[in-house]
Amino acid sequence: MLTLWTVFRKELLENLRDRRTLFSALVFGPLLGPLLFGVMVSRIVAENTGAARQRVALTVVHGERAPDLLAYLTAAGARLRRAPFGARAARAAVVRGGAGVVLIVPRDYPRRFARSEPARVLLVADSADNATRGDAARAGALLQSYASSIAQRRLQVRGVDPLIAAPVTIDSIDVASASARAVSVIGLMTYFVLFAVLMGGLYFAIDATAGERERGSLEPLLMVPIARGALVGGKILATCAAMATSLAICLAAFLGVLHTLSLERLGMRSDFGPLMALEFFAICLPFVPLGAALMTFVASFTRSYREAQSYVAAVLLVPTLPIAFASIYSLRASPAWMFVPSLSQHLLMTNLLERRPIGAIDVLVSAASSLLVALVLFVFTERQWRRESMLG
Amino acid sequence: MIEARGLAKRFGAIDAVREVSFVAGDGRITGLLGPNGAGKSTSLRLICGVLAPDRGAARIDGIDVAGAASAARARLGALPHSAGLYGHLTGRENIAYFGALHRIPAPRITREIDRWRERLDMTDFLDRPAKSYSQGQRVKVALVRALVHQPRNLVLDEPTNGLDVMAIRALRGVLEELRTEGRCILFSSHVMQEVSALSDRIVIIGGGRVLADDTPAALRVRSGTTTLEEAFLRILADGEREDEAPDGGGAAARC
Repeated sequence: MLTLWTVFRKELLENLRDRRTLFSALVFGPLLGPLLFGVMVSRIVAENTGAARQRVALTVVHGERAPDLLAYLTAAGARLRRAPFGARAARAAVVRGGAGVVLIVPRDYPRRFARSEPARVLLVADSADNATRGDAARAGALLQSYASSIAQRRLQVRGVDPLIAAPVTIDSIDVASASARAVSVIGLMTYFVLFAVLMGGLYFAIDATAGERERGSLEPLLMVPIARGALVGGKILATCAAMATSLAICLAAFLGVLHTLSLERLGMRSDFGPLMALEFFAICLPFVPLGAALMTFVASFTRSYREAQSYVAAVLLVPTLPIAFASIYSLRASPAWMFVPSLSQHLLMTNLLERRPIGAIDVLVSAASSLLVALVLFVFTERQWRRESMLG
Repeated sequence: MIEARGLAKRFGAIDAVREVSFVAGDGRITGLLGPNGAGKSTSLRLICGVLAPDRGAARIDGIDVAGAASAARARLGALPHSAGLYGHLTGRENIAYFGALHRIPAPRITREIDRWRERLDMTDFLDRPAKSYSQGQRVKVALVRALVHQPRNLVLDEPTNGLDVMAIRALRGVLEELRTEGRCILFSSHVMQEVSALSDRIVIIGGGRVLADDTPAALRVRSGTTTLEEAFLRILADGEREDEAPDGGGAAARC
């Protein structure tokens, strides 16, 4: 026990003096996720809410041929711009980009309009261009509504009830996009939390194993009469401390980020408060020893710092796999999934975010299975450290 | 006292150590001399218990290294070939860490560090991070780290490698001081002069076997040469000839 504490203290002290390790444990690891999350979510919020209020921008060629239409569009809030080019150049201008959506009023429009014949206008847009696709759709809808308002007026003039021309009206209520986005955003958040756990201990784990070997301090260390279990345990514990710190910083950062974002507009409730952050911490804490033991185990087989970096970085992908699996198959928390570490933490956190109840037994199973895997990994690591090949 | 009895160790197809037996007594400095690749480091690692022998056994003060590893290691201080330090810790912290792992109380660690700080002229750098150390400073700290638990036996693998004259001299002084305290010192080197200057007894290793084990004077007499260097070369050449002969394996036993 004393040895464990001695090793733990030394690993902590040594790594606290290493700027790179400290940066990855206290800054990069825990803050990358929340910042990325903040940027992504604020973009989604801007797209979803800002766009609705945005006015349609249209470039009009020969608008003088349809003053009534232009007046209607302006009244409907469209921003109109006179085209600096002719009808023939319009297509090329749209392809080049910059012209946005172009409305062309052909030469015969006034004549056909006056005779109540179908009068053609041309709407030129690039459907592959994300920036103007919304404009094109909204411009199309505006033109459609102008056309039907004209139709109604003509019917009225001819003494026909305009309602006859509207046998069915459609009101569509879209609930998909907001909630679908919310689910993917939540998936990201839980992933970033688990990422922060692993990233926080990355360099601790490498330094305690491959670093020890690369410095040449491993051989004298292995000559000291101490139990390898205490040695490995102390190293894993130090990595755990770094991971838990990273987790706490990450959750605090998420508190800040979610506080400044307006998730409600996405149909998500942002009740991720201090209490839920604590619950997240408790849910993820059993994942900490698992991550620390896993990284230490993998790094124990590597010969150098560089080699360890590439192998242990692959371990960072571990939490993504179950989460990707979960989002592809839209998994919901069920007792069976609680046996799968990282997936269980993801599902439990998702449930909390969506305000669905979680069972105490689920939390216990999730924690127990994670700790069990951690224990197995610890045993394997200790065995590897007892082997001669450790010296390399 | 360090005893090696018929040690043998094989790595894949390579016989690193075939038959190494010798005794390094208390109050003596025993030099393990041999060319590069002769099996010196492997022999020392077998003695320190970080490698397990395929055959044979090593004993520290009569305690079997393989059987009671902890008890044997507690009586042993080791300065391995790659005596790396923790760069972010100071020399003092490096030494104190190993002292704590040996369960030495902090005041005793401090006393031991103070003793060697004066003796090895370490005051200037002892409290600086070890990453800034020169090779000589590193070896000094690693040596004190090996001595912090006051072991009766000390094993050093090529301790003078990369050291300047001043540092070699300081090291030599320490080893002689430890000898007068009655400790058992076993060190390896491929440098003739070093071994002859320090050793009370020389064990010559070649091809993983002990080729000679005697006092420097006796070695000279036995090989019929006037200088130790010539004696060394002749013994190595004889050893190689015996290796090539069909019944070469038996030669080691005679030495």
